[in-house]
Amino acid sequence: MNMNYTAEELAFRDEVRAFLDEKLPADIAAKVKSFRPLTKADHQRWQKILSAQGWYATHWPEEYGGVKWSPVQKHIWDEESSRYGVPRSVPFGVNMVAPVIIKFGNEEQKQTYLPRILSGEDWWCQGYSEPGAGSDLASLKTRAVREGDHYIVNGQKTWTTLGQHANMIFCLVRTNTEVKAQEGISFLLIDMNTPGISVRPIITLDGEHEVNEVFFEDVKVPVENLVGEEDKGWTYAKYLLTYERTGLAGIGLSKAALSHLKQLASRRIKNGRPLIEDPTFSQRIAKIEIDLTAAAISNLRIIASVEGGGVPGAESSMLKVRGTEIRQAINDLARRAIGPYALPFVEEELADGFDGDYLLDELAAPLSANYFNNRKLSIFGGSNEIQKNIVSKMILGL
Amino acid sequence: MDFQLNEEQQMLQDTVGRLVRGEYSFEKRLEFSETEAGYSEAFWAQLSELGLTAVPFSEELGGFGGGGVEVQSVMTELGRGLCLEPYLQSVVFGGGLVAQAGNESQREQWLTGIASGELKAAVALQEPQSFYDLNDVETRAEKSGDGYQLNGRKAVVIGGHCADLILVSARTSGDSRDADGISLFALSPDTAGVERRSYPTIDGAKGCDIVLNNVQVGADALLGGEGQAGAVIEYQSGRAIAALCAEAVGVMEVANELTLDYLKQRKQFGVPIGKFQVLQHRMVDMMSELEQARSMAILAASVADAEQSDERRRILAAAKNVIGRSGQFISENGIQSHGGIGMTWEYNFAHYAKRLITINHQLGDDDVQLERYARLMQAS
Repeated sequence: MNMNYTAEELAFRDEVRAFLDEKLPADIAAKVKSFRPLTKADHQRWQKILSAQGWYATHWPEEYGGVKWSPVQKHIWDEESSRYGVPRSVPFGVNMVAPVIIKFGNEEQKQTYLPRILSGEDWWCQGYSEPGAGSDLASLKTRAVREGDHYIVNGQKTWTTLGQHANMIFCLVRTNTEVKAQEGISFLLIDMNTPGISVRPIITLDGEHEVNEVFFEDVKVPVENLVGEEDKGWTYAKYLLTYERTGLAGIGLSKAALSHLKQLASRRIKNGRPLIEDPTFSQRIAKIEIDLTAAAISNLRIIASVEGGGVPGAESSMLKVRGTEIRQAINDLARRAIGPYALPFVEEELADGFDGDYLLDELAAPLSANYFNNRKLSIFGGSNEIQKNIVSKMILGL
Repeated sequence: MDFQLNEEQQMLQDTVGRLVRGEYSFEKRLEFSETEAGYSEAFWAQLSELGLTAVPFSEELGGFGGGGVEVQSVMTELGRGLCLEPYLQSVVFGGGLVAQAGNESQREQWLTGIASGELKAAVALQEPQSFYDLNDVETRAEKSGDGYQLNGRKAVVIGGHCADLILVSARTSGDSRDADGISLFALSPDTAGVERRSYPTIDGAKGCDIVLNNVQVGADALLGGEGQAGAVIEYQSGRAIAALCAEAVGVMEVANELTLDYLKQRKQFGVPIGKFQVLQHRMVDMMSELEQARSMAILAASVADAEQSDERRRILAAAKNVIGRSGQFISENGIQSHGGIGMTWEYNFAHYAKRLITINHQLGDDDVQLERYARLMQAS
């Protein structure tokens, strides 16, 4: 047992810090740290910097432009980047569709799409969820019927995160209705500019536009955009989901949010003293910090166990549940820390270039909205209930 | 023991309920929220035409003579509709302050208007540093001429953005967190030196912060004895807490009804999701939380107009603590049970969830109430 980083790992951490000190734009980091929304341009600017460093597609094979980081190195990157306020990568291209293309796509698809993900030329979104399907993914209804060298796609996808920015969507579509639900699904890559596709915003409870509905009406998709074999898409979909769930625990993000909370609680006053010294509040913070420590060590244990390669299975489900609960608890405390000021919602304060007087505090402005927005953490990426089902089936054999 | 409403109370609740169901669809509520006032003037007019804005005032003041239970009946139904009108701020809290602290001419001047709905009051008692402690007052009122000059800043005045009368606490003596030395002033928002910074709130209502910069008021603006307002404010905030608890129960009722409907309708894996035990148990927990909350709201209503005592204080703290916790439980678990749809603006559940969370941020959250309760427990 050795819980310390090796000399090489420490050197790597220094390298990461030096890079972030030098290259991370201060305005972007400030937005991330204060939970303000990022624009498409913000994401693209940072992605270019990362790509130039060769650190954008860290888990891709080196031959396609990836970098060979060990699980511990990835962990160090996660920790440091959260601490510095690095924007979370929009995962749909680099972390989701790319691994599927690398593993199951043909040579032409690899040559076409991977470089464009690296360069930022393509912005991908995800076409998995459908109204009425949700966690029961295999019940999806969007149809793709083959006509000559095209598929004709009809149907609707939903919860398409940042789909308003995307020019490409990867979709699960039903190509066979004669067989068991899971056996008639295919994995298609679709250009969002194809006629017949329309995107409609879904406004979430905090007033933000982050997710969308995507409608397909007689959309012609060339057959060469099929990944792998027809009707075998379920296998690829499941492979992608294991990638999606890894990292959803967001330990680094929770650490950053906790340090933000402590800063906030040092500035707010209760009974004439800093809130962080208040017995009730400090106990609430302490309890979360302890829970987070435990989750962070659990995370490290999983990382160490997959050091040899492979993707963690049910363990990442457990960690997703605990990790999201912890982050939601931090968001809850942050909102509580501003007391009655949890009510005002001054949208101007969240806008780019706001230079007026903050109603209370620059840290306070986005907190209530952020609390409500992050209720999604226990719902998306496979709801926490579904994660618990996975654990009980895969680990407990129930 | 009888926990049923009497005939008159039931009629009152039915009247409000019918009005809300008829006039306050969810779609209309979204529209009202986006107007400049942030609520419906027409609905407010209907409330007052039916005499509902006069419910808590004594008959000699032109009121209905209602107490905690009557206010509870009104507030529960307003809660069910997520109504945005300033009933709590103007009628219950503002009206209560004037009724208790005002002299005869002040009552005549303002209370008649509040009871008829023509005059809308707001209470400006919190400050940026006060964190729910209404004795934490740094705004100063200095004797000036034959009146006072006010300086300071009041925080999160719900309904204050369009109120006709603002009831402001200011310190005439003592240190910043003393219970003694707080005075209460009735202020027209048009007075020179009053600056309002208005904003929407996260739950769809509107409010403002108010900066008072050398605001000159006459001696007749002082409500009650100089430096004596602490007890009045505490007492009336207790009535407001009871009313908020009742509102919360109405919000929770609808939140639970919506969730239960959803569990029965929404199918996954070929069955309604309500067939899954984990969701059944969660729904049962949500119902149990509501029952606890309902009990405490009834208890709070029963002491709302009682003479001040540690027992009254303890009950109100306990009730608001339970409401804060149950509201958050129902809000969070309701969203989770709905999945993604519960996160969306267009579906009403999210707005019920937001109101439940914000109620906890009004007049002291569950932590603050727990601390109050513990202090009172030690003192007894």
